[in-house]
Amino acid sequence: MTTNDIAIHAQRLTKSFGAVRAVQEASFAVSRGEIFGLVGPDGAGKTTIMRMLAGVLRPDAGEIAVDGVDVVAEAERAKLRISYMPQRFGLYEDLTVAENIFFYGELFSVSRDARITRGRELLEAAGLLPFQRRLAGQLSGGMKQKLGLVCALIHTPRVLLLDEPTTGVDPVSRRDFWAILYNLRENGVTIFISTAYMDEAERCSRLALLHAGAIRHCDTPARLKQAMPGALLAIYASDPRSLRDIISGQPGVLGVLLMGDRVHVRVDNPERRIPQLKSLLAGQGAGEMEIKPAEPGIEDVFVALVGQEGTA
Amino acid sequence: MSADAPAILAQALTKKFQSFTAVDHLDLSIAKGEIVGFIGPNGAGKSTTIRMLCGLLRPSEGSAQVAGFDVSSEAEAVREHIGYMSQKFSLYGDLTVRENLRFFGGIYRVARREIDERMKFAISMAGLEGREDRLVRTLAGGWKQRLALGCAILHRPPILFLDEPTSGVEPEARRRFWDLIHEFAADGVTILVSTHYMDEAEYCNRIALIDRGKLIAIGTPSELRAHQLGGELFEVGCAPLGAAMKALSDAPGVVDAAIFGDRLHVVLGAGGLDAADLPGFLGEHGIEVDQVRSVPPSLEDVFVQLVSGSPEERMIP
Repeated sequence: MTTNDIAIHAQRLTKSFGAVRAVQEASFAVSRGEIFGLVGPDGAGKTTIMRMLAGVLRPDAGEIAVDGVDVVAEAERAKLRISYMPQRFGLYEDLTVAENIFFYGELFSVSRDARITRGRELLEAAGLLPFQRRLAGQLSGGMKQKLGLVCALIHTPRVLLLDEPTTGVDPVSRRDFWAILYNLRENGVTIFISTAYMDEAERCSRLALLHAGAIRHCDTPARLKQAMPGALLAIYASDPRSLRDIISGQPGVLGVLLMGDRVHVRVDNPERRIPQLKSLLAGQGAGEMEIKPAEPGIEDVFVALVGQEGTA
Repeated sequence: MSADAPAILAQALTKKFQSFTAVDHLDLSIAKGEIVGFIGPNGAGKSTTIRMLCGLLRPSEGSAQVAGFDVSSEAEAVREHIGYMSQKFSLYGDLTVRENLRFFGGIYRVARREIDERMKFAISMAGLEGREDRLVRTLAGGWKQRLALGCAILHRPPILFLDEPTSGVEPEARRRFWDLIHEFAADGVTILVSTHYMDEAEYCNRIALIDRGKLIAIGTPSELRAHQLGGELFEVGCAPLGAAMKALSDAPGVVDAAIFGDRLHVVLGAGGLDAADLPGFLGEHGIEVDQVRSVPPSLEDVFVQLVSGSPEERMIP
């Protein structure tokens, strides 16, 4: 990867608030056209990293380059290339959809003609064209998020920073929102997105797992899953709760999780452990059941790789 | 209430706000000790239903019994038998753990002779021993959330309503939370969880899907996942993704093709391309394929399929 292909380059980013070390030596490089996900629970440091990338918060130490511009030294110049959508994007609820777009266009010094054509394009992509005259305050949560995105894109930024954009948004609207992001990526926009939702993280092309201010792992979702020690099995039975108690602590069992209609069991070696579990459960009179390999989610990976220290 | 009577029973439950029907003849029966997930788009009627089941909002038509009490005529009794907890639950940050518990004990009218024992139970359940005198705002998310649960169960409610209880919580803490919920269910507590997050729904014994005020599906997570997507779902690792999606969207037999992270999700129906044809077909379009594999649909896939119409049609009133 040459420097030219890197859209965001952060090196040893560090930030403390009083005695709290919010971010500790976070380093990562995001290639042009990637959808890079910053994944971690509330309080892990996601927003702090995001705000430093956006140039609105100065790091205590470390370097950030966005689209080749040093964000710390040249914040103003960097701002033209970046769009930052914070968790609570400031839409004007008593302005209409079209008026909000116009307002943000003016803020970013987008020409009047460009505002109209670009605004129309973006509204169409977001499925909001029929709602141009509606007051922003009267949109549903998912539509407000899409309008926020349209406003954030009005000046055609090369890098888009999205801080937990889909919190509180229902699955159907979330899917629409992601369709827009994939479309932007096709047009060469680099997207840096944070989320506390592990299932959503699967949609990113690469992920950084953030815990207590430090990046613990960084790779594609598929490779992170491969890096998870052991393999995941799902055991379906009429009384999964009793299975959990039998299985916990057995040799080769790395973790047991009771789900709604099954038990998820992480084992060191599935070929060896499946027959062992079967005979163990049959011996305990567990009744009819089915054991099959299960696809791990990013949460399984997070728990396995970041481990017990995640407990709070 | 007899032992096998449903803990929550709604019959043709309906709520109208002027001309808008928020909840439309909803039938729901939840057994004692069951954990049921309640999912649906924004504005589908979830909160309205829960407010009626909590005895906070009077139904326009139909009826509901919660813990054996009628939500219209015995609303006060209903409220005494339920606990409510939300991730955004307003614990008092400037009060200590113990003070919060005592405060909620007062609100729920826990008897004076019982409160110490109930607080002790809540503290040990939440793993907060040794932190009783910490200010709540200094606690990490996982502890706060378990304390909120502790406050909601101080009065031993047989029915518990949870609203996105674990969103944003550390994964390990979230798992611990759900273990607790399963323990309560084993002791006969009935739990209704309202959430937008499919990974929370996976912890429920059954999931009820609501859209436009109507119940459109109910079943175990596996039963819902077995729902046909109109074909079989395949994950295709290929590059470039955008071109692959375009090529596939007009191809015969392709029901749906969508980018999913660094891969493509393709639903193949009958009478067109099958999985073995994909590498050749995409190859002709100059696309390199490195993997095609069958994957089970996620609950989200099913949800999106079942919820009809575009979200724009589901405007809030």
